[in-house]
Amino acid sequence: MSPGSWILLAVLASSLLPGLVIFAIAERRVALRTGLNLLGAVSKLLLVGWMLWGVAHGHAFELRLALLPGLDFVLRAGPLALLFVTLSSALWLLTTLYAIGYLEGSPHRSRFFGFFSLCVTASVGVALAGNLLTFLLFYELLTLSTYPLVVHRGTEAARRAGQSYLAYTLTGGALLLAGTLWLYSLAGTLEFTATGFVHGLVDDHRGALILIFWLLIAGVGVKAALVPLHGWLPQAMVAPAPVSALLHAVAVVKAGAFGIVRIVYEVYGVELAADLGVALPLAALAAITILYGSLRALYQDDLKRRLAFSTVSQVSYIALGVAIAGPIATIGGLVHLVHQGLMKITLFFCAGNLAETVHIHRISEMDGVGRRMPWTMGAFTLAAFGMIGLPPVAGFVSKWYLGLGAMQAGQDWVVLVLAGSSLLNAAYFLPILHRAWFRAPAGNGFAPAVGGRETGWLLLWPPVITAAMSLGAGLLAFIPFSPLEWVQFIARQEFIGYD
Amino acid sequence: MSPVLLPDLPWEALLILLPLTGAAAGALWPPAARAIGLLTTAGGLLLLAGLGTAVADAQTLRHAVGGWGAPLGIELRADALSLVFLTATALVGLGVAVYADSYFERSQARGFWPLWLFLLGALNALFLSADLFNLYVTLELMGLAAVALTAFSGGRAALSGAMRYLLATLLGSLVYLLGVALLYHATGTLDFSLLTQRLEAGPAARTALGLMGAGLALKTALFPFHFWLPPAHSSAPAPVSALLSALVVKASFYILVRLWLELFAPLSGLEGAGTGEVLGWLGMAAILWGSWQALRQPRVKLLVAYSTVAQIGYLFLAFPLLTAAGLPDPAAWRAVLWLVLAHALAKAAMFLAAGNLLRFGGHDRIPDLDCVAQRLPLTVAAFALAGISIAGLPPTGGFIGKWLLLEAALLQGRWDLVAVMLLGGLLAAGYVFKVVGHFFTPAAAGHAARPVPAAMEWTALTLAILALLLGLAPAWLLPWLDLAVGPGPAEAVP
Amino acid sequence: MSAAGFYALAGVALVVLGLYGLAVQAHLLRKLLAVNILGSGVFLVLVGLGGPADAGPDPVPHAMVITGIVVAVSATALGLVLMLKLTTTSGRPTLEDDAPREGPEA
Repeated sequence: MSPGSWILLAVLASSLLPGLVIFAIAERRVALRTGLNLLGAVSKLLLVGWMLWGVAHGHAFELRLALLPGLDFVLRAGPLALLFVTLSSALWLLTTLYAIGYLEGSPHRSRFFGFFSLCVTASVGVALAGNLLTFLLFYELLTLSTYPLVVHRGTEAARRAGQSYLAYTLTGGALLLAGTLWLYSLAGTLEFTATGFVHGLVDDHRGALILIFWLLIAGVGVKAALVPLHGWLPQAMVAPAPVSALLHAVAVVKAGAFGIVRIVYEVYGVELAADLGVALPLAALAAITILYGSLRALYQDDLKRRLAFSTVSQVSYIALGVAIAGPIATIGGLVHLVHQGLMKITLFFCAGNLAETVHIHRISEMDGVGRRMPWTMGAFTLAAFGMIGLPPVAGFVSKWYLGLGAMQAGQDWVVLVLAGSSLLNAAYFLPILHRAWFRAPAGNGFAPAVGGRETGWLLLWPPVITAAMSLGAGLLAFIPFSPLEWVQFIARQEFIGYD
Repeated sequence: MSPVLLPDLPWEALLILLPLTGAAAGALWPPAARAIGLLTTAGGLLLLAGLGTAVADAQTLRHAVGGWGAPLGIELRADALSLVFLTATALVGLGVAVYADSYFERSQARGFWPLWLFLLGALNALFLSADLFNLYVTLELMGLAAVALTAFSGGRAALSGAMRYLLATLLGSLVYLLGVALLYHATGTLDFSLLTQRLEAGPAARTALGLMGAGLALKTALFPFHFWLPPAHSSAPAPVSALLSALVVKASFYILVRLWLELFAPLSGLEGAGTGEVLGWLGMAAILWGSWQALRQPRVKLLVAYSTVAQIGYLFLAFPLLTAAGLPDPAAWRAVLWLVLAHALAKAAMFLAAGNLLRFGGHDRIPDLDCVAQRLPLTVAAFALAGISIAGLPPTGGFIGKWLLLEAALLQGRWDLVAVMLLGGLLAAGYVFKVVGHFFTPAAAGHAARPVPAAMEWTALTLAILALLLGLAPAWLLPWLDLAVGPGPAEAVP
Repeated sequence: MSAAGFYALAGVALVVLGLYGLAVQAHLLRKLLAVNILGSGVFLVLVGLGGPADAGPDPVPHAMVITGIVVAVSATALGLVLMLKLTTTSGRPTLEDDAPREGPEA
């Protein structure tokens, strides 16, 4: 064990241990449970801050435990891993606060928060995994620990959504397992390296490598909701709002997108992926997903379903940026991992507030809600502007780098996709904003605010904070430790010679 | 551990004598049966620890009972392979015994303890036997004890399941014995080590292999000989179902492994090839058919029983892997032994959890499970964790076993096996989560619920957690399994 | 053909007969009888074949058969008890094929 490797275990344990203890806590011990949750979330954030500082100053954190003959359980905190870890940990704290407010008084909270913590442990493990086997372990653990959250409400619809979620993700897991084993039997190693570890196999196993690539991409593509593997995501909308936030921004979808990044960069390497002829089809698939998701979003009246299809579309920006395979497009894709998370979690928090406070689930019921809930809808508006790509919100930065990177790589068609997608984004977000702000409420208005506040503090602050962060990530994109700066730091490592 | 700490006792003989004595004492003096049963089962674990240290020092122990050696005397043998099965027996046995203590009413418990101890003695004796005929005798004793355990609580389903089971197990043993007769005629010995020296490839060996293989496959419930298993395993009382699925079917599999690794594989090339391939095909069919049937079952215990049919299939996938290489492939055998351990723990946990559900709601119909996730959280956790291991999902013992077996299959280019294993894993996840999904939903009509004793919930959960921990510990445990499949007599022959 | 070979062949014939009986007879008593015939056949093969042809008289098969007979008697006794209990509970001395699915839970 290298010195300092204990911090990797501590980062995992900061959510795993509270989670396990919370399972055993009686339902009514609210203060104890909340305390444990916050203790875990805050200490994880502190540990992550420490690692960020260390990695920025050139330290490497690595933990290696023997698991199978020739295969270790490896955790490694590099810049790329920390990008996802930081996102997950920061959003976990906010989502926990939100969930405490959202689930106040509802049953089975110990179970809920227990699995919630397991999910975050798994997604941090996915981020820190130093080889494909460790990645696979945490990836499957993420599937399993999310399932009880999807079926949390215990209704027949929730059960069906859970079955569909598992049918998709476990099949994906099996494909990932097949690809991983096949690769291992050829390469004899599964260790992620900055330029990929399969170069030596190209001459003898070209066909196999291409097949393995698609097996692995299909495996992670299910969670990343690449068309046609996206069917589970809109169905999973029956889960409570904090779970949607978890699925769409903190853990699940992000784990899939992050897997695509790992596979393209650190298993195959961008040059090899381009040489094998798999990068372009992946980019095309991502582009199709972007347009398809946006088109489907247009026709949803259920607010959460519209947001879900919007996620299908937006997450593929990450895959697109990665598959274009140039440094600038990569920056666009990777930074969108963070930006999309911030903006989408804001939107889901707001949707949850609408459902919880004034019982609005459909867009057609949103007329005039902006006057009733100005802060919530303000946050919503900011995030929606970001999704459309209006400056200076974070989404603009992503799209700018994606477009620039595509032109630099000679893939001008991507700019058309981006433009089309932005138009579609505007087409499905602006009508919502119009209804909320410029129409009069139908009938006898909304349930009145209690105590002069539009909703509880715990429900209000998280979306306001994440909306502010989305704005900040765009406005202050060039200060140290901003998502953009960090992603450029990563790009300098993945692409030799870029600065 | 150094041998200084432990006296040099005949551990093998004690492992057999202790439970048999306990069985006799419990039968003669029913009021003490419970205490004797629990103490004896727990004591077995200590004896096993003693045997383990002795085997670690000497690799293979031999013990001639009463000073009489082969051919007329009985010789016991303990090595790493027997230790794997003995360990599974001791761990699962202890868990089930604690569970059964709360499960049975006083009147039933008096029947249970002597029969269980008898079964435990027979199992231990089987895993320690060094010759073909002792294996037959122990196989029969085990079968009779298992049948009696299936039937002793009464009930039409249990009786008819037990009857079917009895006929199948007798037929299997007799066919096995016919093979033994042929081998004895050909070689004049029954002792494993002498047989390895004397047996030659030829029609006698081939016929004997076919007969013994068929008999043992019937007793192991390998597809298509599985017909007797679901009725027996699903109708027996829950602790008995756990013993049957986790241990009893593994015993005949153990004999098959012994025969294969030590007698027939060295003859292979022409001999073993076809048989290994056939066993592999049957294993694949068992995985697909058993999983598919499990998916269709309306009741938890039947579902778990069909899952056993499928999981037995995985064990048989190692046979063709051996044939392809021409030599025992340690990787494949290591994987199979791992799966034996993982399945024993997980399946026992699943049956015990099913028993809790049955006790709680008075039925085990899957769609009518009523919000048990809230009301029996420990049982639900046990079922789910064990199910995850059965489906081969990480981070469990089942995953490690599946990974090792997949790796072995891939290295030999057996894509058919890989595909079936992956598909079987998905089907298993399907049937496990079919049940788990209904844990969360309310039933159409509520049922009166009976309380479930804490010991019954905790034993199920403990076994499931052991199956889970198995997935975290391969680095420590694999060297032991390598000892079991390592450079044995089978590999000595080129 | 030697006498021993004849006994062995007769044993095989008994085995086949027993298998046939086990397969086609529905009544459980007949099934148990078939198993016993099958067992006798196996024992006959054991004694008839004996050890390797060149070796002299061999006590081992006899020891095996005696043990085997004891086991078979116990098994038959257990089978008969089961059969009687089953007949009392279900009213029929046969195995019903639908029993495992419809029967009451243990």
